[in-house]
Amino acid sequence: MSYKIAIASGKGGTGKTTVSVNLQKAIASELTSGVLLADCDVEEPNDRIFFSDATIISEEEVHQMVPEIDTDKCTFCRKCVEYCEFNAIVVLPPAGFAEVNTSLCHSCGACSVACQDGAINEKPVPVGEITRMDTGIGAGLTEGNLKVGSAMQTLMIKELKKSITEDYDVVLYDAPPGTSCPVVETVADVDYVVLVTEPTPFGLNDLMLMVELLVNLDKPFGVVINKAGLGNRDVYEFLNEQNIDILAEIPFNKAYAGKYASGDLLTDIDQETTESYKKIVKSIEERYLQYEGSNYFKW
Amino acid sequence: MKEVTILSGKGGAGKTSVTAAIASVAENAVFCDNDVDAADLHLIFNPEVKETHTFYGAWIASIDEDKCTNCGICKSHCHFDAIHYKEEGGLYINPFQCEGCRLCERVCPVGAITSERSENNFWYVSDSRFGPFVHAKMGPGEENSGKLVTEVRRKAREIAKETGADFVINDGPPGIGCSAISSVTGTNAVLLVIEPTRSGLHDAQRLVELVDSFNIPLFAFINKDDINVEVTREIEDYLEQNDISLLGRWSFDTGLVESMIEKKSVVEYSPDSQTTRSGRMVWKQMKEFLEVGRVVSS
Repeated sequence: MSYKIAIASGKGGTGKTTVSVNLQKAIASELTSGVLLADCDVEEPNDRIFFSDATIISEEEVHQMVPEIDTDKCTFCRKCVEYCEFNAIVVLPPAGFAEVNTSLCHSCGACSVACQDGAINEKPVPVGEITRMDTGIGAGLTEGNLKVGSAMQTLMIKELKKSITEDYDVVLYDAPPGTSCPVVETVADVDYVVLVTEPTPFGLNDLMLMVELLVNLDKPFGVVINKAGLGNRDVYEFLNEQNIDILAEIPFNKAYAGKYASGDLLTDIDQETTESYKKIVKSIEERYLQYEGSNYFKW
Repeated sequence: MKEVTILSGKGGAGKTSVTAAIASVAENAVFCDNDVDAADLHLIFNPEVKETHTFYGAWIASIDEDKCTNCGICKSHCHFDAIHYKEEGGLYINPFQCEGCRLCERVCPVGAITSERSENNFWYVSDSRFGPFVHAKMGPGEENSGKLVTEVRRKAREIAKETGADFVINDGPPGIGCSAISSVTGTNAVLLVIEPTRSGLHDAQRLVELVDSFNIPLFAFINKDDINVEVTREIEDYLEQNDISLLGRWSFDTGLVESMIEKKSVVEYSPDSQTTRSGRMVWKQMKEFLEVGRVVSS
């Protein structure tokens, strides 16, 4: 089974994508070429922007099963309404009206169980797509892309992970920002989390939320301080107090920010930054070599 | 009363810094932090909390081991793969994977499953030097951030009506998913903060698509416009082609990080800077649009 690492942050814009893309490259050259990058920020997937010569290997549409009520068979008993915890079903007996609101439906299947009249059938509604790409780095990239207007980001992440059926040495998940359900879904089955923060008050506030979440989930993690040199020392003090590993610091560099801007992250990296990634790979290597191939029910 | 939501698609583009700058110049407004799962605006607002409310989150199911017969019916019905066999035998529901649909509770033949509502989310009504402020703190890993966004916005509008405020200003969440949708529906205008990176543009385009689907007027603001001149030009072209008015721009300014450290908006921190002047100009134009339906000054 693959050794899985999530790159997460809480706050957006701290450098998850920068770290993910560079870390894949560093792992591919230092540790193993069997390293796949999976873009789990399905609301705003950006990893692909940094691989200008990526070629698409496969594309697959992801569907949500949404129930449909056949009013010819429906007896308007309202049992499905009673079963639906998400208020997604409207049944008006006098009007002979019964309908499911797709945007509220969580596809839990409760209404189908509730219906005794065989009036509910499930039909697939597209929520996004999964694209597998060859990028020339490691085992390439796979990306989940949520359809604009869909609120099913968690389902999308789940399906993206399910689609990774091959056995890789290492899989990197580039996580979405925040600390709620999509982030939990992303880190659910990982063996290690790399938290990316920036040394600013907003960076620290959101880092603390992520630390709280990962402690609750009992996930091992270390922190990369990106944009080091900006801001103040409060992040360092917090990490010292809490005895949290600092995996590396990546100095803030306006020229590098400009390269990120144009979609170029993987060429002409300065020596200091290259060393930082090597350091991160070193900390991961120890854990990876001790990995026994199963994180079954660790959490 | 008019409502505006500040969004970006991509995280870290500068939504909260722009909101704080606007807060310093907007008069008679109620403020609301819609980024409920990584809220930061309170770090600048330094709010004095007047009311604390519990937001009852999703149901979470659990199994009573003494009653459970390990029949597995619940596991086969769960669409969220939240029910697992333990290594030592017996069934267990992972609370972080449970979506709260309660189907397992209904199908269990021996009544071994019960659900409880999560009580780990809070929202607050506060006073601040900028005006009334409604904000929230979600418990880590909680569901339903969209519903919590709807709740804080409802309260902010209610306060605005009660106090006769002219505006509700929402600091939005990143992304385009359920929280972003909840922060957009029914607002009078959206201010899109874009950073000139390919990712920033890509994410902004997805947000534009979302906002357009609700037919809500959209305005733009470019942050760090000097970080990559070429991409900035691309963004300007994109905005022009899509008829989105650019209300202003900031160049990269370490004063923004410094003001954050001082717990101030950039308007308070460096009142005479170009950054502050641009911040004032954005609100002036936004306010004109909200009041008369079009932007007069430029």
